[in-house]
Amino acid sequence: MAQSVVEISGHIIDSLILPKVLDLIINLGAEFEILDIKIGNRRADRSYARIRIDAPTSALLDRVLAKLKEHGALPVSEESESALLEPAPADGVFPDQFYSTTNLTTWVRVDDRWIEVAFSEMDCGIRVDPQAARAECVPIHRVKKNDLVVVGHRGIKIQPIERQIPRAGFEFMSSAVSTEQPKGILIQEIAESMKQVRREQGRILVVAGPGLVHTGAARFLVRLIEDDYVQVIFAGNGLAVHDIESALYGTSLGVYLDKKIRALEGHEHHLWAINAVRRAGSIRQAVESGLIGKGIFYSCVKKGVDFILAGSIRDDGPLPDVVTDTLQAQELMREKVRGVSLALMMATTLHAIATGNLLPATVKTVCVDINPAVVTKLTDRGTFQAIGLVTDVEPFLRALCQSLDLEVAG
Amino acid sequence: MKLLMCSPQYYGIEYEINPWMSRSRQSTPQLARTQWQGLRRLLQDQLAIDVQLVEPQQGLPDMVFTANAGLVYRNKFIVSNFRHDVRRGEAPFFAEWFRQQGFEIIHLPRDHFFEGEGDLLKYGDRWFAGYHIRSDITGHQNVAEIIEQEILSLELTNDWFYHLDTCFCPLREGQALFYPMAFDSYARQVLDNNIPQLIAVSEEEAAKFACNAIVAGDTIVMSEGCPKVREQLESLGFAVFETPLSEFHKAGGSAKCLALIIE
Repeated sequence: MAQSVVEISGHIIDSLILPKVLDLIINLGAEFEILDIKIGNRRADRSYARIRIDAPTSALLDRVLAKLKEHGALPVSEESESALLEPAPADGVFPDQFYSTTNLTTWVRVDDRWIEVAFSEMDCGIRVDPQAARAECVPIHRVKKNDLVVVGHRGIKIQPIERQIPRAGFEFMSSAVSTEQPKGILIQEIAESMKQVRREQGRILVVAGPGLVHTGAARFLVRLIEDDYVQVIFAGNGLAVHDIESALYGTSLGVYLDKKIRALEGHEHHLWAINAVRRAGSIRQAVESGLIGKGIFYSCVKKGVDFILAGSIRDDGPLPDVVTDTLQAQELMREKVRGVSLALMMATTLHAIATGNLLPATVKTVCVDINPAVVTKLTDRGTFQAIGLVTDVEPFLRALCQSLDLEVAG
Repeated sequence: MKLLMCSPQYYGIEYEINPWMSRSRQSTPQLARTQWQGLRRLLQDQLAIDVQLVEPQQGLPDMVFTANAGLVYRNKFIVSNFRHDVRRGEAPFFAEWFRQQGFEIIHLPRDHFFEGEGDLLKYGDRWFAGYHIRSDITGHQNVAEIIEQEILSLELTNDWFYHLDTCFCPLREGQALFYPMAFDSYARQVLDNNIPQLIAVSEEEAAKFACNAIVAGDTIVMSEGCPKVREQLESLGFAVFETPLSEFHKAGGSAKCLALIIE
């Protein structure tokens, strides 16, 4: 059982704020007891209530407190309390009860002043340097012994964001993912956002799975890269392998992309592609030596687009560019998401969620997948700002290129 | 009646802080100026309202929406604490204007957001306040203490109607316009409990900013394009004046947003 006391004051009776707050507590699954209540005698007088909240778990209590805060019910004297800081007991270990971050803009109160927390990222801790009045999100494995870390919820304030991509018309159908949504309008809006980012010389991140190559959609992505609509690509071994396979042999997983028929012994193609790149040393060297003459990664090298390939346990090869140390891959991705203002995630569950974990909520995030569960999974894991499109990636990219007035042959 | 307005010399869609705003849907400066002048002349020349002007500032495109500057109460000016960084620069210029006019300038605690008359409207001897999207409920509690009046806070739940003055308009004692879908159920109940004649505006006319009207006694000034509301207001005995304000709708504002009540 977790317990906390909140106070609320103001014109809370006639405005129904007090009943609303009490309803909220019950609806969220906690209980309350009114410890003290004073009702104003005259209309202009303030009323006041002091409420004890009992919740079955501390996680639920935190949710209740966070919700009540929006309606003006604050933990007693919270506004003047500084955050509690404790030193990390060892490298890679946070103190117990450390405050776990959201991806929203967050402030922490240190020495009676609010400091904005740098590098918003969910599921991290907050490391504070009181002397320098600095606070930043830090992932668990990067904390060093004796770093000061925020524990508990005191002295923390988060700022909610408004919806990232304004929809056309009135939006009463507000679910983030739906097969029922008109896709044309959304795609048009995504195209407008991409144009805006390009105009402002911002960064667009593409996260993609190998399905993009299998469905013959790679040529659209190539066109986006060539027209400076992509600055960073995150993927796994698979996307690069099949992209290079199709550049070298015209097949993806052994199937001819133009004829849609299976090549004889075609299953060997992708392994030969891996081997060829391993022999060349890297994707860049394979492009520069003339071995690879087209495709997504050819265009990336030619246009100077950053790419990070993160490995997984089922990879063939892998390609020499694949970062097989997960933590190292995360670090590289973390570095490259800085400055990204739009993220386009297509046909990948694993990499979409991994990237979603690293993105601040202020980044416009679009997730395209034929499987609605992918978008749901992404938003359920905290990337609530994601807008989902349930569609095959090929028609999506085709329509996106059309909206951007880009002609693609074939 | 005395109002404060600000010329749209530097008005434009330079950022996006509500769903109406899109940098790809820019305003036309000449047309914006013509529409604003039309409103000013209507208020000043036709309706003989005293319109004061504050100097516009380059880089503060939304200064034209003076209603968000703060709240005037008797000789006090309570300065807004804007939620969005891009608007925070407006506050000192408004504060300075009121200081020069002899008002007592009051600042709220910095971390309590408050967006002036945009979220706080007088109804009889009490006030209604909108919170959650722009202003904080705690901001209004502060204001209530300063002006020693009752403020009833209403939760706004629809990003398109981000300020109270976009979805609620007190007319006279016992009468008000409102757009029901902008509020949560508690707020709708509060309005229902307190205002005997509550006129619901259709979605279509709410989106034409029917609620964002200036009420001066029995006279109402609003954007053109709301025939149903106009008819209802006229049947209640109001004289309704319409004026084109489409350029300001692109930023999510209309007649009321363009004027702050000084007295």
